[in-house]
Amino acid sequence: MSEFPGKGLAKGLAVTLKTMTKRSTTRQYPDVEPDLPPRSRGVIALVEENCTVCMLCARECPDWCIYIDSHKEEVQVPGAARARQRNVLDQFDIDFSLCMYCGICIEVCPFDALYWSPEFEYAEYDIRDLLHDKERLGEWVETVPPPPAHDANGESAKEETAARKSQLAG
Amino acid sequence: MPLWVELILRVLAVVAAFLTLPLLIGQTEHKVMAHMQGRLGPMYAGAFHGWAQLIADGVKFVQKEDVTPREADRPVFRLAPVVALLPYLVVLLVIPLGPSGLVAQPLDIGLFFVLSVVGVGVVSVLMAAWASANKYALLGGLRAAAQLLGYELPFVLAAASVAMAAGTLSLPGIVEAWRPWWLVWQAPAMLIFFLAGLAEIRRPPFDMPIADSELVFGYMTEYTGLRFAFFLLAEYVGILVIAALTTVLFLGGWKGPFGLDAELGWLWTLIKVAAVSFVIIWFRVAYPRLREDQLQRLCWLVLVPLALAQLVLTVAVKVAL
Repeated sequence: MSEFPGKGLAKGLAVTLKTMTKRSTTRQYPDVEPDLPPRSRGVIALVEENCTVCMLCARECPDWCIYIDSHKEEVQVPGAARARQRNVLDQFDIDFSLCMYCGICIEVCPFDALYWSPEFEYAEYDIRDLLHDKERLGEWVETVPPPPAHDANGESAKEETAARKSQLAG
Repeated sequence: MPLWVELILRVLAVVAAFLTLPLLIGQTEHKVMAHMQGRLGPMYAGAFHGWAQLIADGVKFVQKEDVTPREADRPVFRLAPVVALLPYLVVLLVIPLGPSGLVAQPLDIGLFFVLSVVGVGVVSVLMAAWASANKYALLGGLRAAAQLLGYELPFVLAAASVAMAAGTLSLPGIVEAWRPWWLVWQAPAMLIFFLAGLAEIRRPPFDMPIADSELVFGYMTEYTGLRFAFFLLAEYVGILVIAALTTVLFLGGWKGPFGLDAELGWLWTLIKVAAVSFVIIWFRVAYPRLREDQLQRLCWLVLVPLALAQLVLTVAVKVAL
């Protein structure tokens, strides 16, 4: 294995000495905030105005941790022949004691009402307090970071390509 | 200055060194070991990088309950930590810090005295092991006895080699006689002395008697509170003593490369002791524990023959010169 006796011993000393000169991997978490990437899955934020109570998120949720309740409201639109109906959100709860942070609800939401936020410090002493209602979920919206910029060398979005093609054609 | 004032000053200086330097070594061990493992080590005690961690540990140990097992041999059990600690304090008395009598107590037979006193350590281990009335402690104690008696031999032979080379048993005398080329001439003896010294203070990779993964904590299993802290302190003082002895015997003590030995001698000694202590800590991080048979094989089949060969070499060169 080794060419001369004691090579392994010297190697052991070299490795430890090298490690000592490098920066340690320890993060001093409570004192120093962790540097989280913008796509971190910390908590789910709800933009209530965007929600149309389509129930897609609640239906797609693998462990059914989203509870939605709503009622219909008549809206009188001036000039319209009859009153329109509108869904009003009464309850939107996410039980973070069940949530497994898969992000499917955020993926399926057609109206961009749900967002990931990197906030993660919402531990509770009582498991029941992990049920966040729509007010609490709305508070997380402030912490949602702006989406990361597109990769300069990446493929551009389908819409952009299509627009450019139509410009060339027109 | 009357004799008794000087005496008190010297003893106080040794006690001060005995109380501060081991803590310094312990703190260095915490930090060096942590960084060698990619960690930070203590960061909170004392606000700045955990400098007061060992003081905090000391306060904690004092507060803990001092438990003596019911089946234990009480006086022996209680005496063992003191017996572990005291020899090292006595050894520090005769270790020279600098030239022209910068030593607490110059002894003509300093080396002989040091070797015999360090050997008392095995008694404390056996006392602790037997008096604990615990099978783990007993196993650890027997392992320690086998290890310490075995390694005593290369330890003494290596020290004898340098004593023969210097033609004196006095520690300041050995430093006086030391020449830089001895680093090559006495290199095997230095290595043997250093390794055997590590085994004498039961430091990893020679910590078979403690072996926490198999013997709980060896002969220290039953100890708590201040008495346990005494054993830990003895380990750190042991590092200091072995580092200081290696420095004095093999690294030229107060002799530095720039010729300001009279003024800066004490600093050279301290720097060398710190460097050797660092190597002792480094060994602990780098190497796994030796198995019991590997431990004995290294001693009897490698270190002892090598020490005897070094003795022959020393005599040959000494006669030739």
